[in-house]
Amino acid sequence: MSQHGAAGQRVRLVRDWEWARPVRPVRREVLSATPELEEGRPPLLFVPGFGHGAWAYAEHWLGHAAARGFGAHAVSLRGHGGSGPAPEATLRAYAHDVVQVAAGLPRRAVLVGHGAGALVVAHALARYPARAAVLVAPVLGGWATFGAAVRRNPLGTLPALFGGGLRLSRRQLFSRELPDADARRYAARLGRAARRAQWQLLAGADPEPAVGGPPVLVLGSPDDRVVPASVLTRAARRYGSAPLLFPGMGHDLMLDARWREPIDAILDWLVKEPTRDDRS
Amino acid sequence: MPTPTAHGRPDPETTTLARSRDGRPVADRGDTVCVIGAGASGLTAVKNLAEHGFGVDCYERETGVGGAWNWRHDRSPVYASTHLVSSRPFTQFPDFPMPDDWPDFPHHSQLLAYFERYADHFDLRRYVWFGTEVVRVEPAEDDRWDVTTRSTGGYGPERTSRYAAVLIANGHNWSPKLPRYEGLEQFRGEVMHASSYKDPAQLRGKRVLVVGAGNTGCDIAVEAAQQASRCWHSTRRGYWYAPKYVFGRPVDQVNDTLLALRVPLRVRQWFYHRTLRLTVGDLARFGLPKPDHRVYETHPIANSQLVYHVGHGTISPVPDVARFHPHSVELTDGRQIDPELVVFATGYLPRFEFLDAKILGDDEGVGRPRLWLNAFVPDHPTLAVAGLVQPDSGLFTLSHWQAVLFARLLRLRTTRPERAAAFAARVRSGAGERYSGPVKDSSRHWFEVGHADYLRALERALRDLEGK
Ligand SMILES: Cc1cc2nc3c(=O)[nH]c(=O)nc-3n(C[C@H](O)[C@H](O)[C@H](O)COP(=O)(O)OP(=O)(O)OC[C@H]3O[C@@H](n4cnc5c(N)ncnc54)[C@H](O)[C@@H]3O)c2cc1C
Repeated sequence: MSQHGAAGQRVRLVRDWEWARPVRPVRREVLSATPELEEGRPPLLFVPGFGHGAWAYAEHWLGHAAARGFGAHAVSLRGHGGSGPAPEATLRAYAHDVVQVAAGLPRRAVLVGHGAGALVVAHALARYPARAAVLVAPVLGGWATFGAAVRRNPLGTLPALFGGGLRLSRRQLFSRELPDADARRYAARLGRAARRAQWQLLAGADPEPAVGGPPVLVLGSPDDRVVPASVLTRAARRYGSAPLLFPGMGHDLMLDARWREPIDAILDWLVKEPTRDDRS
Repeated sequence: MPTPTAHGRPDPETTTLARSRDGRPVADRGDTVCVIGAGASGLTAVKNLAEHGFGVDCYERETGVGGAWNWRHDRSPVYASTHLVSSRPFTQFPDFPMPDDWPDFPHHSQLLAYFERYADHFDLRRYVWFGTEVVRVEPAEDDRWDVTTRSTGGYGPERTSRYAAVLIANGHNWSPKLPRYEGLEQFRGEVMHASSYKDPAQLRGKRVLVVGAGNTGCDIAVEAAQQASRCWHSTRRGYWYAPKYVFGRPVDQVNDTLLALRVPLRVRQWFYHRTLRLTVGDLARFGLPKPDHRVYETHPIANSQLVYHVGHGTISPVPDVARFHPHSVELTDGRQIDPELVVFATGYLPRFEFLDAKILGDDEGVGRPRLWLNAFVPDHPTLAVAGLVQPDSGLFTLSHWQAVLFARLLRLRTTRPERAAAFAARVRSGAGERYSGPVKDSSRHWFEVGHADYLRALERALRDLEGK
């Protein structure tokens, strides 16, 4: 069985810090849409990127996924959306939030992470054997991603280096097709991630290998002004595939004018993707 | 909650009929792996084997999952007040955390709920044959195994299926170990083993003697302190009674902070002794015997209430029992006491009635198999035991990784036989290795492992196996 994910990394059995200093519990906001008819499809858990909350998925994707027969849930990472405050949160705490919610679902879930939420999902995959994972416009961190962000939006990005908030502009997040009023409304809802987590986006450790060898899909837009197409390709290659591309869309694929196309592609992939049981 | 049958049952009526050594028909299950028991260790084995692509048939003599933690099971050792001794992060499976708003030391009913959720989340019940007991496991050709089962009630015919491999996860906390004492048969009072202790009402108003200072013995002594009219607690030697909390944190988490900081054992022992001095104080002052060993050398006892009740005089610490008389008990210091009820919290011994003891290297049949990593059997590469460890922390993380290692080994037997052969050689040379510091050599410590040492050994085995 292939072991997807950061291939060079080894499985770690001794997790002394995890044991000695477990992540503190926090109130977590989870928004859900459930299908009228239970068809035995795996539940989806959507993970927003930094600054976003579960609301970003509640706008279109949750309802759409439920209408297509998938139980759909979105969590707000601590310090975001309606979840409890957590100014000192780290990536580990964010990944913990995802794993806690995933393990609380009735069945093995599919994790869908957007932006830096994809990195959180990649970390969560080392702690939870997801049925599958989807990385949407993934910001997997590292200085290259940062370089691209600085070039495109120096004013919004540079302060983050010194502990300020990472501010993404409307033009980075949405295509011009999205009505201005909507774009403004969404941008006004953006918050910010904790300082330490932001730092870890640059200089944090790579995720450990995903447990259970889940299939991973990467998708994004070649016109994304946060994640360059080269980064998408690299991310997809890491998981042994090529990215699915949606030209003409901004970084926030779930909020943009043509939000339906990517979510349909994800659901189609999940319907087609042979399940673990067929493989055995 | 869906019933077991709602998931459909595995179908062992597989096509080719082989014959056992003595000519009985055998259903050939091909590459399927057999797991015995659907307690925590069995469940994680089913999950991990299935995750590695194996077909699995799991046999469970009871009608539900959870093993020892399912108090409805007739062999369950838990009592109404059982809480975890190991705190949550150490106890949960590494890839399926318990809810983080649960208490540090959940109640046994929460643990059962956790295992039921694990089974449902990963859809494991469809692999399990409930109410089915394994009565025989015999080697067949090509490292395969003939497993004979029948319904737990004993009715219905036996049937035998042939498996590519067998993982034994039958637990080792259900067959009581009863000490022998002179005169015990003549004793007129009531005698029970902790395995049949369920509820404090059993102690109410009685003069109770609790024998044994394991976690169970201490728990029962504490309950007797509150319910019984008198409580003696007999221990053979002095122990370190650690509180469940120090510095406001679960004691195992504090200990692992030191481990994570790579503090050497000697320093940790010193620190631990200091901490106990400051929190619990000098136990000899309470009439408790002075420990004859350093901490970490016996299975840790975590009980915040024992010393408190000793301090209140509601528990009287007494030495070992010398002999029983019809109406009294004589202690090794010559004292006579007159309990109405004696509870032997003297532990359990593993039993593998379905298997020739020699196969597991237990040549004397005393219940002490000779294995590598407490799991792998010399000369039987397709047989393993999960959960036969007594860790100084939670067990389920350890069973999880044992199952992963076994699954990967079985995979490699087809894809890279030379690696599997090297592993077999390692099993042979390493059988009987220990994974803890120096421990007392009593049957109570046969399976004692230090969780970090043991997991490191497993980690090395995984890496060697995969050549990383
Ligand atoms: C009072 C008490 C407190 C404990 N506290 C802790 C703690 O805090 N932390 C911790 O980690 N551990 C603790 N333990 C240890 C406990 O044994 C383990 O937690 C755990 O239950 C072991 O799981 P297991 O699956 O290996 O065995 P079990 O839970 O015993 O499960 C074995 C299963 O196999 C089945 N079985 C047995 N023989 C057969 C057969 N021939 N055919 C078919 N099925 C069979 C049984 O019915 C059972 O369901 C405690 C134990 C006791 C007694």
